[in-house]
Amino acid sequence: MLEGILLTIATAATPLLIAAVGELVVERSGVLNLGVEGMMVMGAVTGFGVALATGSPWLGVLAAIIVGALFSLLFGFLTLTLVTNQVATGLALTLLGLGLAGMLGESFVGLPGVKMIYIYIPGLTDLPLVGKLFFGQDPLFYVSILLTAGVAYFLFKTRAGLTLRSVGDNHASAHALGIKVIGIRYMAVMFGGACAGLAGAYLSLVYTPQWNENMTAGRGWIALALVVFASWRPWRVLAGAYLFGAVSIGQLHAQALGIGVPSQLLSSLPYLATVVVLVLISRNRRLTMVNTPASLGRPFVPDR
Amino acid sequence: MKKTILSLAAAAAVMSFGTVAAEAKVKACWIYVGPIGDFGYSYQHHQGLLEAKAKFGDELETAYLESVPEGADAERAIERFARSGCNIIFATSFGYMDPLNKVAGKFPDVKFEHATGYKREHPNVATYNSKFHEGRYVQGVIAAKESKAGVAGYIASFPIPEVVMGINAFMLGAQSVNPDFKVKVVWANTWFDAGKEADAAKALIDQGVDIITQHTDSTAPMQVATERGIKAFGQASDMIKFGPTTQLTSIVDDWGPYYIERIQEVIDGTWKQSDVWGGMKEGHVVMAPYANMSDETKKLAEETEAKIKSGAFNPFTGPVTKQDGTEWLKAGEVAQDSVLLGLNFYVKGVDDKLPQ
Amino acid sequence: MRIELVKRPERSALFAALSPFIALGLTLIAGAIMFSLLGKNPVEALYYYFIDPLREVWSLHELAVKAAPLILIAVGLSICYLSNNWNIGAEGQFIVGAIVGSILPVMFPDFQSWIVLPLMLLMGIVGGAAYGAIPAYLKVRFNTNEILTSLMLVYVAQLFLDWMVRGPWRNPAGMNFPETRTFSAAATLPEIWSASGRANWGFVFAIVAAIAMWFMLSRTLKGFEVLVLGQSPRAGRFAGFSQSRMVFFAFLVSGGLAGLAGISEVSGAIGQLRPTISPGYGFAAIIVAFLGRLNPLGIIAAGLVLALSYLGGEAAQISIGVSDKVVRAFQGMLLFFVLACDTLILYRIRFVGSSAAKTVEGTQNA
Repeated sequence: MLEGILLTIATAATPLLIAAVGELVVERSGVLNLGVEGMMVMGAVTGFGVALATGSPWLGVLAAIIVGALFSLLFGFLTLTLVTNQVATGLALTLLGLGLAGMLGESFVGLPGVKMIYIYIPGLTDLPLVGKLFFGQDPLFYVSILLTAGVAYFLFKTRAGLTLRSVGDNHASAHALGIKVIGIRYMAVMFGGACAGLAGAYLSLVYTPQWNENMTAGRGWIALALVVFASWRPWRVLAGAYLFGAVSIGQLHAQALGIGVPSQLLSSLPYLATVVVLVLISRNRRLTMVNTPASLGRPFVPDR
Repeated sequence: MKKTILSLAAAAAVMSFGTVAAEAKVKACWIYVGPIGDFGYSYQHHQGLLEAKAKFGDELETAYLESVPEGADAERAIERFARSGCNIIFATSFGYMDPLNKVAGKFPDVKFEHATGYKREHPNVATYNSKFHEGRYVQGVIAAKESKAGVAGYIASFPIPEVVMGINAFMLGAQSVNPDFKVKVVWANTWFDAGKEADAAKALIDQGVDIITQHTDSTAPMQVATERGIKAFGQASDMIKFGPTTQLTSIVDDWGPYYIERIQEVIDGTWKQSDVWGGMKEGHVVMAPYANMSDETKKLAEETEAKIKSGAFNPFTGPVTKQDGTEWLKAGEVAQDSVLLGLNFYVKGVDDKLPQ
Repeated sequence: MRIELVKRPERSALFAALSPFIALGLTLIAGAIMFSLLGKNPVEALYYYFIDPLREVWSLHELAVKAAPLILIAVGLSICYLSNNWNIGAEGQFIVGAIVGSILPVMFPDFQSWIVLPLMLLMGIVGGAAYGAIPAYLKVRFNTNEILTSLMLVYVAQLFLDWMVRGPWRNPAGMNFPETRTFSAAATLPEIWSASGRANWGFVFAIVAAIAMWFMLSRTLKGFEVLVLGQSPRAGRFAGFSQSRMVFFAFLVSGGLAGLAGISEVSGAIGQLRPTISPGYGFAAIIVAFLGRLNPLGIIAAGLVLALSYLGGEAAQISIGVSDKVVRAFQGMLLFFVLACDTLILYRIRFVGSSAAKTVEGTQNA
């Protein structure tokens, strides 16, 4: 039972983690893209459709990543080139994404999808308790962990990562140093879009291999909140996603045990838990203040 | 700019004359609470629209609005339909009840049909619903026969009478086979969230249930059950494609016959206010083909279905004890519809608490 | 070829007025293309979208009903955003305002007097403001980021409302369905001109609130304080303004207005509490606030435009049978054009070729 619970938590946390890590990079570059939900749902419909047409979930994943990135480019063009307001543009992107995905997916309703096959390593996967957890999950679970590690390494251990963070912290001085602020932000936005697309594909190819309208059901918003929760640190995003997943699954188990607490109260626990934990963390100013990208959400137009 | 708008208006004026000249005898309009792409509740109502369309052909003009929120928007949507020439309007969610009655008072010539509600404040308002609990009783019988663990998992949406009724009917069906049968209930607090429903199914399976049934709309629990190698019941539509080796049966909402009947009455001028609560007998509740079960279970399920269909048996027939141990129905006593439609308590054996 | 922005020496008044029309023109063109691709008559589609809802009086009333909560919430949010407080939880404040405002008609249905309605509105404001004060307090006291707290509190409010209407506040005569008793006449927000439609006083509140906020922002010291602290907290500190007090001020004002919107919607347009009372007004209002350029008067226009796009979407669904997905995508597109055209107010756009740079558009009117 414990193994089952842990696996369920991992599945619930993975899409949140992937999307949130992508958005983290975007925000670290100083751009606030509230369109995660829209990009995610585009990824979900693309992943489902391509996998269904080709029979290959991997092609579905690839297509979802590409479409997610292209879709975010629309946001990038508006906010970076035309310096529109980032908050409003992100929200509009969500509207557009939900509508467009619904249109594209109309013919997919009621069709079972292609499910990504779980990893199986003879011997290792069969180990008790930890076997399935470490060696027997879907491939994208491992991608999500590697992605977190990769982003953490990139942001804090490479020169390019330092450059990206400097753009997010102070775009004016970064520009003065000759850094191409807009170019870097475009790349960050597209990376975020690609991750959101991948997270969407996780929903329609692994989590629940089917297509339904609005199947993201607010997960893009949770991913956004997790970035803030993590105070823009990749490993804390992972912790946040698993905390959220654990409380969400835990409340379902509490219900199944019949403990007699109103289900609405139990359902609100994941949200309350995130708030409480963030309050506890942020009481220590040093943990959060230094990480907040100072230029977050501010428009930038290079002077000539 | 101004010129464009004017020419637009002119063009549209011409067109609106064009549409009036269409041959349709009657216009029927539907309001759905969810997207027709939910493959569940709203999808099935939309199938009813399509059935009616196929039946009447050019005689019938149809229109629909999907994802209409319950609240202030519903009244506008209903009024817009009433004003746009609809002869009969089907509002398919409980929350449309008060706005529908309000609008109905203003348009006495339009027929208003409200699904799952109970208010008929004007002579041009009718209500209709389906006895899904009849199907759930049959499912309970199957579950108790097929389950080895003796416990089933029930993924529920919201505690409204219809859902509570379903849980009770399932329980009574199961207890008719195995008096010690248990049901674990998880409230998803949503009609539709594939991921959450999948999580709920996994949680229930991890707690030892070996049969899953659901009163939420997505096919996700069916897929989870398939993956974990246990059996499950579909919901609202036939979900066999999502669990060819898993689905025992499914309660299929077939609204088509009712819609066709009522539209025909509008055409004939015989439409009258009514309160229809159709079940298996009327063809509103259909069981998907019995599959993935022993022949013995299948036989019992078919017998139970036939008994309900013929009207010889009501799932809510005493003796039935409430969850708290008090008597609800004496031996042979049949529950009144009025009690069922406002049901707010469990029968004995359900492992859950209702908000009071 | 590359697009480059050149900052205008000052805000272009011409383009400030013109940009909505350019946006409309572009939307019409793009919409025509989209509807043609979908096999619909584009002229007909656009007519139903933009003109049909404005043709009849009852429909204008509906426009006011739909726009009122959007404007009320967005006006409050503009104070938040101008002062750099990222309140995205107006939806929750709307809901709590509605719940607190409903205490009288639900728990004391026999208390019927002229004072009931003013008390309800007041309690709605207090409820919304109190709920808004939570993220403000956490931000000031514990330095907790308000984006997360305000958003998470939305879900909590929704579930709390759900529990209330299914449990303690369920209508005793309602067949155990999830809704409270319907409000008495004394607890119902009256319609403005009931002979012609159902627009209620909520719309008047919205306009009054917008004008009051506009006055506060542009004519009072408090407004100056909002702008200064929003643009530069450091400068604000030097001027003797308190950052913490501003956080509370912004959240209390926006929470209070969202709460007023909530109780007005419930008392005026719905008439009882239900599990869902808002189709996402609190989130849509964020778009409205920015569409209106965070200017309360602009927000009135923006709220009406967004409301029109909902009504027009319905008309198009009914009349020409496009699905609501098309409607939503079109709505997103409309917003993109409006946002993009606003760029022209502050910038000139230059298309930079590979060799020679030439100015193409809008150079004269800076």
